Amino acid sequence: MSQVRVLVGTRKGAFILTSDGKREKWETSGPHFAGWEIYHMKGSSADPNRIYVSQTSGWFGQIIQRSDDGGKTWHQPGTLPGEPTTTPQGLPKGESNKFVYDASAETGKPLTTHQWYDGTQRPWEFKRVWHVEPSLTDPDTVYAGIEDAALFRTTDGGKNWKELPGLRGHGTGPQWQPGAGGMCLHTIILDPSNRQRIWIAISAAGAFRTDDGGKTWKPTNKGLRSQYIPNPEAEVGHCVHHIAMNAKRPGVLFMQKHWDVMRSDDDGDNWKEISGNLPTDFGFVIDVHAHEPETIYVIPIKSDSEHYVHGGKLTVYRSRSGGNEWQALTKGLPQKDCYVSVLRDAMAVDSLDKCGIYFGTTGGQVYCSADAGDSWNPIVRDLPGVLSVEVQTLA
Amino acid sequence: MIRVVLPYHLRNLARVGTEVILEVEEAITQRSVLDALEAQYPMLRGTIRDHGTLQRRPFLRFFACEQDLSNEPPDAPLPEPVASGREPFIVIGAIAGG
Repeated sequence: MSQVRVLVGTRKGAFILTSDGKREKWETSGPHFAGWEIYHMKGSSADPNRIYVSQTSGWFGQIIQRSDDGGKTWHQPGTLPGEPTTTPQGLPKGESNKFVYDASAETGKPLTTHQWYDGTQRPWEFKRVWHVEPSLTDPDTVYAGIEDAALFRTTDGGKNWKELPGLRGHGTGPQWQPGAGGMCLHTIILDPSNRQRIWIAISAAGAFRTDDGGKTWKPTNKGLRSQYIPNPEAEVGHCVHHIAMNAKRPGVLFMQKHWDVMRSDDDGDNWKEISGNLPTDFGFVIDVHAHEPETIYVIPIKSDSEHYVHGGKLTVYRSRSGGNEWQALTKGLPQKDCYVSVLRDAMAVDSLDKCGIYFGTTGGQVYCSADAGDSWNPIVRDLPGVLSVEVQTLA
Repeated sequence: MIRVVLPYHLRNLARVGTEVILEVEEAITQRSVLDALEAQYPMLRGTIRDHGTLQRRPFLRFFACEQDLSNEPPDAPLPEPVASGREPFIVIGAIAGG
């Protein structure tokens, strides 16, 4: 019997919601790491019991947690209590929470300043991990998207993290600037058909792609138009909120930009707008049906001045034609007096035959649709504000 | 014997009670106490001091003997009651966030 495990990161801890394939009755465990902000948690597709968590705090900084048993127990990789903190040679051992920008001459001394809100240059400064993306094939390899924007990787299960400096060294760094949430690298998409290819997205710099495993990167923002930057069609500077891809059709990408919903059919080289009949095309989340690569989902948010859903109605919009023609999905969702938002990493899809769609709100509700969006039910209603939702489909 | 009191979240992280006991053989300073604390509880690295600069994190402060020692030099001797174990060295989180 299939099972699903929903991993929910909130402002005040992590929660794990489990159900069988019917997705009607749910069990909740948590809060794990109570009181901490859990920006993201994700399981390895190579070993579903391996789960990585970004646990963070304005007071105490960044912690990486890992479970090897599906979320029953947790530890910080590389920092078990009582273990020696140095190697026999006296060198410091791995520190799972340590994210240090690479400024070495060997890797070209990547740029150390970016644009601040007032147009001046500021040094890069580590804030937190926004997103963890386990490798598709190796449970010990994980990518981390961080604020201030950079991409890190561990190949030893989270003990040591090293920057892939080619991204910040690309040359456009001084034009990157923070969005309202900070200058975060929030989206990491691994190409299942080409292990050398990765897409990432940064607010507010845009989308980038590597075709050589992270050594070199190119901006992939052609076709994006952002009226709020000096050159609306600039190579970089766009506030991309999220990108999604169906793993069965690599290279076809869907983007929720600050404003505008976009798609690319050529690996991100060119984008075209597909907002169509959406009531507003501001929003954060976007995702793709697990089995129908032209079926996509967004949740429009009224505007960047009013970060809540349009018209006081929580509505998911689905397009079965790859965009432009959108259908409002409301069955089971509150249709009056609702003023929540849904943040960029807070939507996910399972891969059961009848594809399940999940999202969490800033009001602490996590909704599930077991019929591809036709109807919705709350799994939980009163969690802390939801930052991220991921789902694992278990055999 | 040096006594250190940790804030709630760091106690949970290190899986310890209110107070931890450290053996510090060097001169008793903020730096030597925090070095010993992080050596015994490596999961606390980076949570009190920045990984790279070893500067105190902005929303944490250090107290002992009813004195705010937060801005004292890291190599200044701590008060004698701390060095002798009669009083704890207290790490406290700022009350912030509304």
